[in-house]
Amino acid sequence: MTQTLTKYQQYETDYKSFDDSIGSGQPEWLRSMRLSAWSRFQELGFPTARRGNEPWKYTNVGPIADASLALATKPAQVTLDQIKATAPWDDSWLNMVFVDGHYVSEYSGSASGNVTVTSLAQAIANGDELVEQHLGQAPQFEEADGFVSLNTAFVRDGAVLHIKQGVTADKPVHLLFVSSGADEATVSHPRVLLVCEANSKATLIESFVGLDENVYFTNAITEISMASGAELQHYRLMQESEKSFHVGSARVQQESDSVYRSKVFERKVGLGRFDLYTNMDGEGSSCDLKGLYYTSGSQHVDNYININHQKPHSTSRLYYKGILDGKSRAVFGGTVYVQPGAIKTDSRQEDKNLVLSPDAEVDSKPALFIYADDVVCGHGATAGNIDQDTVFYMRSRGLDLEAASRQLIYGFADEIIEAVEDDGLRQYLEKLFLESLPSYKFEF
Amino acid sequence: MTEQRVISRATGVEDNEYKWGFDFDIESDKAPKGLSEDIVRLISQKKGEPEWMLEWRLKAYKYWLTLDNEEPKWANIDYPPIDFQDMYYYAAPKSSAEAPQSMDDVDPEIREAFNKLGIPLIEQQRLSGVAVDAVLDSASVATTYRKMLEEVGVIFCSVSEAVKTHPDLVKKYLGSVVPYTDNFFAALNAGVFSDGSFVYVPPGVRCPIELMTYFRINELNTGQFERTLIIADKGSYVSYLEGCTAPMRKTHQLHAAVVELIALDDAEIKYSTLQNWFPGDKEGNGGVYNFVTKRGAARGKNSKISWTQVETGSAITWKYPSVILQGDNSVGEFYSVALVNNYQQADTGTKMIHIGKNTKSTIIAKGISAGKAQNTYRGQVKIMPSATNARNFTQCDSLLIGDKCGAHTVPYIEVRNPTAQMAHEATTSKVDDSQLFYLQQRGIGLEDANYMIINGFCRGIFKELPFEFAAEASQLLRVNLEGTVG
Repeated sequence: MTQTLTKYQQYETDYKSFDDSIGSGQPEWLRSMRLSAWSRFQELGFPTARRGNEPWKYTNVGPIADASLALATKPAQVTLDQIKATAPWDDSWLNMVFVDGHYVSEYSGSASGNVTVTSLAQAIANGDELVEQHLGQAPQFEEADGFVSLNTAFVRDGAVLHIKQGVTADKPVHLLFVSSGADEATVSHPRVLLVCEANSKATLIESFVGLDENVYFTNAITEISMASGAELQHYRLMQESEKSFHVGSARVQQESDSVYRSKVFERKVGLGRFDLYTNMDGEGSSCDLKGLYYTSGSQHVDNYININHQKPHSTSRLYYKGILDGKSRAVFGGTVYVQPGAIKTDSRQEDKNLVLSPDAEVDSKPALFIYADDVVCGHGATAGNIDQDTVFYMRSRGLDLEAASRQLIYGFADEIIEAVEDDGLRQYLEKLFLESLPSYKFEF
Repeated sequence: MTEQRVISRATGVEDNEYKWGFDFDIESDKAPKGLSEDIVRLISQKKGEPEWMLEWRLKAYKYWLTLDNEEPKWANIDYPPIDFQDMYYYAAPKSSAEAPQSMDDVDPEIREAFNKLGIPLIEQQRLSGVAVDAVLDSASVATTYRKMLEEVGVIFCSVSEAVKTHPDLVKKYLGSVVPYTDNFFAALNAGVFSDGSFVYVPPGVRCPIELMTYFRINELNTGQFERTLIIADKGSYVSYLEGCTAPMRKTHQLHAAVVELIALDDAEIKYSTLQNWFPGDKEGNGGVYNFVTKRGAARGKNSKISWTQVETGSAITWKYPSVILQGDNSVGEFYSVALVNNYQQADTGTKMIHIGKNTKSTIIAKGISAGKAQNTYRGQVKIMPSATNARNFTQCDSLLIGDKCGAHTVPYIEVRNPTAQMAHEATTSKVDDSQLFYLQQRGIGLEDANYMIINGFCRGIFKELPFEFAAEASQLLRVNLEGTVG
């Protein structure tokens, strides 16, 4: 017991001083929500126990629990050029920049056009009703783990996006979370709320970028609510520092005929985890979730995806690909639930892995839980190396081993990258992955 | 009626639900209810075991105590807590206090009882050349075809007998694949195991007949904790069958068995199970809780272990027959059909642990859910860094009959070698309407059509079974599917 106390001492101190300063200015409903989240965190702690803990079976969050991380209370000084050098950037996007979890208005574009975007801190200060209606309302918050409670306990800044009924957003919204990697190891808890009204259409890009190779912890949550007929294209990039910790989750509520498309790119992080939960609570809703992770060095990346088919005629597609090198480890946990009555569900999930190094490890768990009979569901998982016969063919045509293998590995990754519709983002990703992907290093 | 006779174990008992549900009136010798160190000592004493065996049991029992009734919770099954003090841990037919020397010495009542089950213990009534070890509650009552096996050097007897006659082999191998610390139920079993079969096939011998153990829980409120140990020495081959039934009881019965297989260089073990414990009635009352640990070690080079199971019984099945592929070029196979109906729950699958080079494993699992039953495939494929060029292929298909049941697939794939190739595929759907329509349009009734499609779905597994078992499995499927459509 004493150990637990010392372990979370820093969080406790930070919570008290945060609640006394910033928190005291927040509305009462938010304070009480934060307080109950804080007690929930004290109860849960981080999910360090692995025995019988299926969601965290292959990921040890001990290093996060043991790290001494102070709350980032203000953004560090970084220049826009520094940011642009590392992060994806396109002037045609509506860019919102956050440094160490704090909104930086001078680097951010102003909300023009038909999309309403405000920083969460501003929205709270304005008494925006949308925040009170939607914050913490995303599905499965009750069963959430310590990370979610911790984020809610420290709710302060982030973004609020509102796409009105029938509106097609004229430009993608880019939420750029920069971690400065300042001298002190810090933690930030950005929170994003996205409300898509009926028949609206939008594109959201979330980038998490580290500027320096230091220890820090990003604990992010994105809550998305999609009314009937809404369409969303959601890109998410993890390009943090080599020593960073990143635990993120996106929780999506889907009403009837809504279409949620997600593409997740994970390139750099020390210990990274992304939970994606879509609750398909309307007839005819569909989701298409794609992902690409490339791990090297001693990275550890865990993708945990839950798709919950609640109503008839819903369709889900889950397609993740991974490339593993060095001593890295990747975890894929995909779970599809088909609830009683959700007939005519059509679901397919697939996880493919290229294991390139003898010291790398991939753990894949594509699970299906089906409680309705009139369904078509399937899943597949593969792990292996690039195909020897294909390499042989390419070499016989005059390519050397390195060029041939690079092409095959890049081709493997590009299947996901080329599905990116936004030109600027796709070019950035092609460069990011192409420049860093390995070639084949050994022969059998 | 003629149709029922095809089910070789059917017996003219007028009950078309569970045909093995009668109980025999055989006087038995029971230990007092509950579990304690004294009970463990008593079991050991009843069996006339040497000191080392008792010590092993006590170590296991003490380890089990440290687990503090914490049963494993990760499986997708739901049942009220088991009261481990509310059952008998030892029950043996009275007459077997002195082991029968020959078939003629077997108590006629027991012989009659097994005849009723369709397992004749008299060798002249050949069960197509299958040597049978019959286990009733906690004790082995008879083993047939002893002489023939002795001539080729195959040892086939009950474990309690092997402890006395072949202590070296038992000491060397017992607990070497499933140590008592393995899991909750394995620890319990190691402490109180009563009987089971022991097989040793000497080097270079191909066992001339199929070996079979027939398990029967007869007494009320008894747990059955058998332990089977099969050792195939270098270059040998053995095919082993296991069948099980229990009478219909309103209360649940616990069955926690451990099976250990060891295959040395170039040896092959084929292990087939027809599990037909009492599944409980239509309202989910009674039935056997089947918590079984089965594992094979393919220790030698080029060794092979193959599990085939047809699981139709038990209220709860918790069973993961696994293979540890230690030897280079070793092969592991798992073929399974799991059928659940009414309120049955099954969480079953396999583990393939690849350690040696060029190891290969194949997993084909077919799940069928009907009524309000839940069926889960849970399987692990682990490829260790040393397993260069390991291969795995996994296919899990599920069929759903009715909208109140569930079919779940939970594979765990862990790859730590870049030369490995593994692929997992799973599908879930209901019986295809257009196929049903076609068959009906040809004049085949809905129920028959359904059965034909499901039988075809399982065919690939049935063909892995020895001939008589295959016919029986397909009949078992039919009986258990009765009334699920329409």
